[in-house]
Amino acid sequence: MDAIAGAWQWLTTAANWAGEKGVWHRLAEHLWLSALCLALSCLIALPVALFLGHIGKGGALAVNLSNVGRAVPTFAVLVLLTLSPLGTQGDWPTIIALVLFAVPPLLTNAYLGMREADRDVVEAARGMGMSGPQLLLRVEIPLAYPLIMTGLRSATVQVVATATLAALAGGGGLGRIITAGFGNYDTAQVVAGALLVAVLALAVEGVLVLAERLLDPMRGRRRAARTGSRTRGERSGATGVLPGPAAGP
Amino acid sequence: MSGGAAGPSCLQTNDWICGEYLRTRSQELVDATVQHIGITAVSVALGVLIAFPLALAARRWRGAAGPVLGLTTVLYTVPSLAMFALLTPVFGVSAAVVVTGLVLYSLTILVRNILAGLQAVPAEVREAARGMGYGSARLLFEVELPLALPALVAGLRIATVSTVAMTTIGSVVGYGGLGNLIASGMEGFFKAEVLTASVLCVLLALLADLLLMGLQRLLTPWTRAQARAKAGARRGGRVAKVAG
Repeated sequence: MDAIAGAWQWLTTAANWAGEKGVWHRLAEHLWLSALCLALSCLIALPVALFLGHIGKGGALAVNLSNVGRAVPTFAVLVLLTLSPLGTQGDWPTIIALVLFAVPPLLTNAYLGMREADRDVVEAARGMGMSGPQLLLRVEIPLAYPLIMTGLRSATVQVVATATLAALAGGGGLGRIITAGFGNYDTAQVVAGALLVAVLALAVEGVLVLAERLLDPMRGRRRAARTGSRTRGERSGATGVLPGPAAGP
Repeated sequence: MSGGAAGPSCLQTNDWICGEYLRTRSQELVDATVQHIGITAVSVALGVLIAFPLALAARRWRGAAGPVLGLTTVLYTVPSLAMFALLTPVFGVSAAVVVTGLVLYSLTILVRNILAGLQAVPAEVREAARGMGYGSARLLFEVELPLALPALVAGLRIATVSTVAMTTIGSVVGYGGLGNLIASGMEGFFKAEVLTASVLCVLLALLADLLLMGLQRLLTPWTRAQARAKAGARRGGRVAKVAG
């Protein structure tokens, strides 16, 4: 309980929010890095995944990528990049590490979404004379949307968590408040920093869940379609094992 | 310098790959690897022990499923550094901080996969076992659990691999196994130490994955026969469709 009281006191001290090492500055760094890297990762991963999914090739690559991503420790990559010649280039080690860990969940989920789009529907659309791009934009992407968004959410959780770890390798972001607290044996600051990071991560996740619902191209129609196919019993067991979130924080 | 090699040793030039580092610090590397394996094994074992009753509860009471899955997902969203930092005042600076954090993360994947595995057991199989006079405990351990094993092991593999990787972050409280070497290598700008520890960590994750895959093949010999039969049937079906 002491720790919580201490953390509360730390959080309510105005001096801790201002300045170069203050919460506002660290939060801005964290959000800016996360948003930038997420955008970069989407630009890299989504076109590749949609293209591979559309032509139906490269499945092994797309699936194995996220298995490899899970086995490689983020901390190790951050430190390796910091010690490499890139280490002197400001935020670049952090940006590269964040992108490296955000691409696998995005790519794997988007690819699986494209491949699991009901093939009968895709064939029917092709039969109606839709061209390749029409098929992609009007049929495959709307059907793949739930998994694309799952990938986006996994990637975001990953990016926010990795941006926190960047502090261990000397980067900025809210993690810096935690590592500075550990460095000074200041438990109140450690807990306060951890609470800020946890609240940020949950808030970002909440915003994404909301955005997912609002932006759904098949809003309102998806549920009916899904229960319909389930009663026909064609798709039952098709997605036997839930893969869980595609990557660890 | 002591090795009698011509030119400066790789320790002096701070190379990424350094055989002399492996020779002179082998004890340090072994100790760190043992700590890494220990923390991972204890965390995953505890994770399974806790996830199993949670999955059973989520299956038994429909109302429990939402909160159990929701809570484990929320825990998964909290970044690891924050998780360890929040647990430090509870346990002090100790290995318990790292183990607890890793257990909480593993629950997300384990609970979901155990639940999915149990729910995928065909109702006819359950009925047949009940008709043969199986009680609910015997039904669970002798029928449902073996059938859910592939899904369970799939979850176990994902959880183990990510736990091996995440153990490194335990270095913030000094219990990170190979992560401790990565951290000290970063402070001393010692490239060989960081690279060696990182590579060992990835190898450890791959080894654990292979071992669990082998374990699953040993425990569920029937899935291979089934897969072969299914592949055969699919081939037959496709031929029939072409013919029709």
